[in-house]
Amino acid sequence: MNGGQDLGGTHGHGPVKPEPNEPVFHGEWEKRAFALTLAMGMPGGWNIDMSRFARENRPPGEYLSMSYYQIWFAGLVTLLKERELVTQKEIDAGHALTPPKPVKRILSPGDVAKVLYRGGPTERQTNTSAAFKPGDKVRMKNINPVTHTRLPRYVRGRVGTVERVIGYQVFPDSNATGAGENPQWLYTVRFEGRELWGPEGDPTTKVSVDAWEPYLEAV
Amino acid sequence: MSGHDHDHHHHDHDHSELSETQLRVRALETVLTEKGYVDPASLDLLIETYEKKVGPRNGARVIAKAWADPAYRTRLLKDATPAIAELGYAGRQGEHIVALENTPKLHNMVVCTLCSCYPWPVLGLPPVWYKSAPYRSRAVADPRGVLTDFGVALPKDTEIRIWDSTAEIRYLVVPMRPAGTEGWNEEKLAELVTRDSMIGTGLPKSPKDIAK
Repeated sequence: MNGGQDLGGTHGHGPVKPEPNEPVFHGEWEKRAFALTLAMGMPGGWNIDMSRFARENRPPGEYLSMSYYQIWFAGLVTLLKERELVTQKEIDAGHALTPPKPVKRILSPGDVAKVLYRGGPTERQTNTSAAFKPGDKVRMKNINPVTHTRLPRYVRGRVGTVERVIGYQVFPDSNATGAGENPQWLYTVRFEGRELWGPEGDPTTKVSVDAWEPYLEAV
Repeated sequence: MSGHDHDHHHHDHDHSELSETQLRVRALETVLTEKGYVDPASLDLLIETYEKKVGPRNGARVIAKAWADPAYRTRLLKDATPAIAELGYAGRQGEHIVALENTPKLHNMVVCTLCSCYPWPVLGLPPVWYKSAPYRSRAVADPRGVLTDFGVALPKDTEIRIWDSTAEIRYLVVPMRPAGTEGWNEEKLAELVTRDSMIGTGLPKSPKDIAK
């Protein structure tokens, strides 16, 4: 979606402000919001692309006025309510008011280290071959889905060079909508600064994105 | 889990200190716990993992080893995920890692313009600035300006390469080994490796920076 999350090349946000000796979390609630988000992945049954869409799918003004853990928390609440695992009434009351829905598994303390170490690899097997090879010129398609996509606006319509064939990976545009993993070939595509930003662009800059084959067309 | 329970009890006496968000997070945790969807002990373990165990010192060990051990450096640059796993670091948000080599002619910098993708097993959780609109918007369009915000000035002819983490590949910058560190062991070299030098928004410390 062309939402507030798609920030590359947008103006007016001011300077970057690094915080010296920044703590991992700013306050107790950030810790809990973070841990709840990770722990609910297993019983909730959603995937990472659904989580990302739940976070970004809000008015841009709202997205940009929230801290990152506020966005995470709001995304978690959305996912929970969509699946009727909790109700707004329960959050308002701060207590369970309805019986729990059956869930496959919950994250037990004994499984935490194992689950984190395993992660969620997105590489998949295939018998197909990649349509593009390193050195090929490609144009990024001009697509504007209202659903989740990982093709940022600043590269759409631009011509770049395939730098690397990464592998065959889960396609977020499908996975986020529940349409399945629909894996696709994934590439690193490199752009000249001036191709992206015009004559004002820095000629000593190159930018790459990782892009799935459905985003690309031969030039 | 006594830590946060105790905090909750303590704060219960003074709701006025708690923001709306804090209250809502606590309310949700209570609901999810009462419904049996989460075990608070698991939450405590998740927090402890990323506060105490997984952080940029992991990445610093990887970089120091790459500086000290040419065979390891070759393995890291060729296929970083197994090379990093040799040191015991792997998993969530680091399932597919690529290491990027800085040279006198090329400086790499990593961003996620669409969200906050970051190589957790080697760097831990991202700092606020990495997830903020100023960094995500400008890193791809004005990287030299962003580096100025970090107090970093590179030679004019150094090529700057920005890696926008739009898929599940996570990038780790391998900065250049500082001069004057000949013969140093990995442990001492690791002291020079900063988090920002592994994102590309900083440079490693020099020997005199850490001289007591």
